[in-house]
Amino acid sequence: MAPPPQFQRSSSPSPSQPSGKSEISDLKLQLRQLAGSRAPGADDAKRELFKKVISHMTVGVDVSSLFSEMVMCSATSDIVLKKMCYLYVGNYAKGNPDLALLTINFLQRDCRDEDPMIRGLALRSLCSLRVTNLVEYLVGPLGSGLKDPNAYVRTVAAMGVLKLYHISASACVDADFPSMLKRLMLNDPDSQVVANCLSSLQEIWSAEANTSEEAAREREALLSKPLVYHLLNRIKEFNEWAQCLILDLISNYIPSDNDEIFDIMNLLEDRLQHANGAVVLGTIKVFLHLTLSMADVHQQVYERIKAPLLTLMSSGSPEQSYAVLSHLHLLVMRAPVLFSSDYKHFYCQYSEPSYVKKLKLEMLTAIANESNTFEIVTELCEYAANVDVSIAREAIRAVGKIALQQFDVNAIVDRLLQFLEMEKDYVTAETLVLVKDLLRKYPQWSHDCIAVVGNISSKNVQEPKAKSALIWMLGEYSQDMPEAPYILENLVDNWDDEHSSEVRLHLLTAVMKCFFKRPPETQNALGAALAAGLADFRQDVHDRALFYYRLLQYDESTAERVVNPPKQAVSVFADTQSSELKDRIFDEFNSLSVIYQKPSYMFTGKEHRGLTDISEELGNLSVEAHPAAEALPAQIYEANDVDLLLSTSEKEEVRGPVNNSSAYRAPDYDSTTAALVSSQVPLEADLSIPGLPAYNPQVSSAIDDLLGLGLSVAPTPAPPPLALNPKAALDPGSFQRKWSQLAISSSQEFCIEPRAVVALATPQTLLRHMQGHHIQCIASGGQPPSFKFFFYAQRAGQPPSFFLVECLVNSSSARAQVKIKADDGAAAGDFSALFQAALSKFGE
Amino acid sequence: MISQFFVLSQRGDNIVFRDYRGEIQKGSAEIFFRKVKFWKGEESEEAPPIFNLDGVNYIHVKVAGLLFVATTGINVSPSLVLELLQRIARVIKDYLGVLNEDSLRKNFVLVYELLDEVIDFGYPQTTSTELLKSYVFNEPLVIDAARLPALGPAAMFMQGAKKMPGTAVTKSVIAIEPGGRKREEIFVDVIEKISVTFSSSGYILTSEIDGTIQMKSYLTGNPEIRLALNEDLSIGRNGSSIYGYSSSTGGGMVILDDCNFHESVQLDSFEVDRKLTLIPSDGEFPVMNYRMTQEFKPPFRINALIQEAGALKAEVILKVRADFPSNITANTIMVQMPLPSYTTRVSFELEPGTVGNTTDFKEGTKRLEWGLKKIVGGSEHTLRAKLTFNQESHGNIMREAGPVNMTFTIPMYNASRLQVRYLEIAKKSKTYNPYRWVRYVTQANSYVARL
Repeated sequence: MAPPPQFQRSSSPSPSQPSGKSEISDLKLQLRQLAGSRAPGADDAKRELFKKVISHMTVGVDVSSLFSEMVMCSATSDIVLKKMCYLYVGNYAKGNPDLALLTINFLQRDCRDEDPMIRGLALRSLCSLRVTNLVEYLVGPLGSGLKDPNAYVRTVAAMGVLKLYHISASACVDADFPSMLKRLMLNDPDSQVVANCLSSLQEIWSAEANTSEEAAREREALLSKPLVYHLLNRIKEFNEWAQCLILDLISNYIPSDNDEIFDIMNLLEDRLQHANGAVVLGTIKVFLHLTLSMADVHQQVYERIKAPLLTLMSSGSPEQSYAVLSHLHLLVMRAPVLFSSDYKHFYCQYSEPSYVKKLKLEMLTAIANESNTFEIVTELCEYAANVDVSIAREAIRAVGKIALQQFDVNAIVDRLLQFLEMEKDYVTAETLVLVKDLLRKYPQWSHDCIAVVGNISSKNVQEPKAKSALIWMLGEYSQDMPEAPYILENLVDNWDDEHSSEVRLHLLTAVMKCFFKRPPETQNALGAALAAGLADFRQDVHDRALFYYRLLQYDESTAERVVNPPKQAVSVFADTQSSELKDRIFDEFNSLSVIYQKPSYMFTGKEHRGLTDISEELGNLSVEAHPAAEALPAQIYEANDVDLLLSTSEKEEVRGPVNNSSAYRAPDYDSTTAALVSSQVPLEADLSIPGLPAYNPQVSSAIDDLLGLGLSVAPTPAPPPLALNPKAALDPGSFQRKWSQLAISSSQEFCIEPRAVVALATPQTLLRHMQGHHIQCIASGGQPPSFKFFFYAQRAGQPPSFFLVECLVNSSSARAQVKIKADDGAAAGDFSALFQAALSKFGE
Repeated sequence: MISQFFVLSQRGDNIVFRDYRGEIQKGSAEIFFRKVKFWKGEESEEAPPIFNLDGVNYIHVKVAGLLFVATTGINVSPSLVLELLQRIARVIKDYLGVLNEDSLRKNFVLVYELLDEVIDFGYPQTTSTELLKSYVFNEPLVIDAARLPALGPAAMFMQGAKKMPGTAVTKSVIAIEPGGRKREEIFVDVIEKISVTFSSSGYILTSEIDGTIQMKSYLTGNPEIRLALNEDLSIGRNGSSIYGYSSSTGGGMVILDDCNFHESVQLDSFEVDRKLTLIPSDGEFPVMNYRMTQEFKPPFRINALIQEAGALKAEVILKVRADFPSNITANTIMVQMPLPSYTTRVSFELEPGTVGNTTDFKEGTKRLEWGLKKIVGGSEHTLRAKLTFNQESHGNIMREAGPVNMTFTIPMYNASRLQVRYLEIAKKSKTYNPYRWVRYVTQANSYVARL
């Protein structure tokens, strides 16, 4: 339980603590003397001794040899002594299972004490022993702990069940503790008991779900509407930490309709004003995830969360503001425009730690646009002269990145060239690298840049990256730089002084380029460079020299075409992070993924992954099927929803104070804008045909009513040409049979919207989306960028006829291939249009 | 959920170590400390508060020179763990009166008692100082606060100000006063940190106030408390995020950009009468945090000049003017200015008759430092410094030096004009009249003048 214990002191006594051993035997002796003593003051003496023991334990000295003496002394009514003893025992029991047996007796006795606090403490210690062969002694006390009249004991017991599960999963499940926890969770009046039951059940079911289908269902049930509403309705009774737990649970909940989404958001609205940053971020995650499919509202959420996030950033500790900034950064990358007028908040402050400053510089880079580039770059240039060198470097890089984003390049190039005149080594080095990238993108600046770069003495540039950049420019623009061949020659002469292979490679290439532009002046240098390169012990340098040599031998004009091909300006530099990754990170909002800017699978072992990581489950196509029951979880609970939900009047009460500050308006569900594609025009799927009715927007009027905002009622959609059965069911076997029997009635390929590609980062969302259009998924699989889905749908009315779909989506080429088979071939065209319409709305 | 929690001293010693789940391999505290101490990368960088090493996530905060660390293998919410660590530090401080290495070492058993109840199996249970009281049986060994350097923003009240009881911020919530009876008192501190950046021409480029209304209650029986703020207080910039200063120059209205509140605060009537109602629990906690970018009058004007004075020589003139009333005095003022890297010698020249000033040239960082014990409102102070170089400047000496940064503390002054109009304590008895302290203080967060 505690310090890095077991220092193997017994086998090799540490020389740094020569007195350690004798001190411990001293303690042992004194403890023995006191063990049976009933003399007044004995407890005080014991306290002092116990303190010494614990203090040894904390610094890592192994005091496990005192185990029996400590237990002997534990027969006391002094609660401070008891607690120290529990702490000691918890720490060493695991390593000394035999001795741990000694403690069972007094712990069990304490579990029946009349003081509830002693009962709780003893039960907690008992469960913390982590000794497998003592499990049998745990079950009894735990069972009575869960039923204890005192809430503190139940709180401890609820967590104790989880501890038992970790010692022995089977003992825990066999004793039926999980279902007891479930009952407590739904019925206990104490909020902390409920919270601990939830924590324990989440962990237990997630671990069990791998092996047991029942457990998987139970885990799903934690996200069921009755439970979610049960917790939501009383969220304010929970303390802030338990609120975070509940918020995290709710962020995975999938509401059945928009009304629910708005209800939940209105209920949680005031959590955004909480002083605890964890509560605020938890709430924001819920808001962002709930509104993913509603673009307008999603945008409103961004507006709403801006101020609270900025307040958290500036009011908390630097550590907290680091965490908040990481999240802001993620949001800024998704919606740069939203923050474009708030750029001043991200100016660096004098006393901030550099990890905060660096993030702020990244923010400024991301926010820069036409309206604010001038101010931002001006500010960044101030940092370039900063005494903090690493920040100065980052600032220069930020200026360069902004330049490459194509805003106000004119002014920026001038600023960069001014950096070169500052004559600070690191400034020059960073700037050279940037100038090189700029020239690759904007060749038209070459004259201005070359004039300045030509003045830089290569002796003042030492960093390999900067030197390579300078050499690259010398080679590339040798016709404009009179000195170029001579500088290169000089560098070749000092080949041996140059230790970086990167620089040597660049030098070889530059000399080649220069040779074709100014042969007579470069010939000597080229010969020397090739000779040096061939003799180089570094394989890649050697190979490149050899390659150039043979190329020249083969044919000079070919060599020229290889080395000096006509260059095209680079329009976009490769983004370091794919959009899939970014979306994965967004899905893991309010987690370490955002801090590391990596999705969790890149830094955690499988066993540590999030408890409800749904997206991982998208496994192999052939293995996994989505049973119909799982596909429609909302409907199963429909029947008993009613009594669990708040009555209407209560709802109003909750929403009352919230509405005046910010109301979440339902989006104007404009049916005409939805792109509906006719199947007659394959390959032109992004052509939208206004006027055609959109599919399934009957929810809109209900939202308006519920929110009571008196919004204009959305236009009533015309009846759809083909209605689908919302509760279609087809088992995998029949699907397979039908698929093999039927012929393809329709096959087409079309483009998918970029936003759909983005949303595809979690293919699970597509399944949910299609479900909303009454198209069910029966199997799915694949890895980015290509995914394969099998869907089915059933026509409403008689006769029931099925449509089967195979859909291949490639997210890198943004194309989808759809094959449709239908019981009724005549309706396939209509269904195909429907399917495409549904798909085209994905990601909205 | 976390796996372990530990507190390390500045030298990396374990002061407190608690392993809640037994999942992380041994030696994590040493691994952590080595990593933080020698954080890779350029020029002595500070380790970020969160990093991952061999699959273990280390999350830490620095409080009072100590490292409060949590480890976990799970993809937790970073702000939750950071907040939790910060809160643990605060709870410990509430109980020990003073938080530092010494007090922790003397009271580690009490701290273990707290940790047992604050976290169970890695899950936070409660961090309420009040609720924890019933589980804590050790009595704190309070160390003598007078000998200690003050910590935290509220600690400034201890320095010299005769009006206030010096022990207030270093009193444990459970220790019994020497007199036997507990003294009934409540402290409300309005603490503002201001950030201002002046351009070279003295124009204000950015300004922001980050404020906290902090409360510390020693009232028995937890009576309800009402705090009344400015009646015309306005929150939010009407949805627009214009960073302008236009609207607010003349009027006396205080406009906050945004604020948040402690759990216990009831905002029922806040929209109407700007009153916060709460039942304060024991211990120190922020009632309200707020942020303001509305224009305000900066307390100090800084004038900085550097010019060449012949070959290998230059002169720096620093002028500081206090733009606040003369009945207010700022203290512990420090003005710093980085000088060109080729500066070798600096000689200082203060105005005749000045007292309590210190001047220094830090060779290592090439920084000029000018310390002033106090500045009375309305006064102006000047420092001249003659620099000697060992090489010619590159022609643009302005780019080689600065910016000037200033730190200060101004008690009984707040830049935002946010006021606690009154502090009402609901209690039936007529004779009950506890001490109420409402205190204001303004501190520089980042107060920078560019050259």
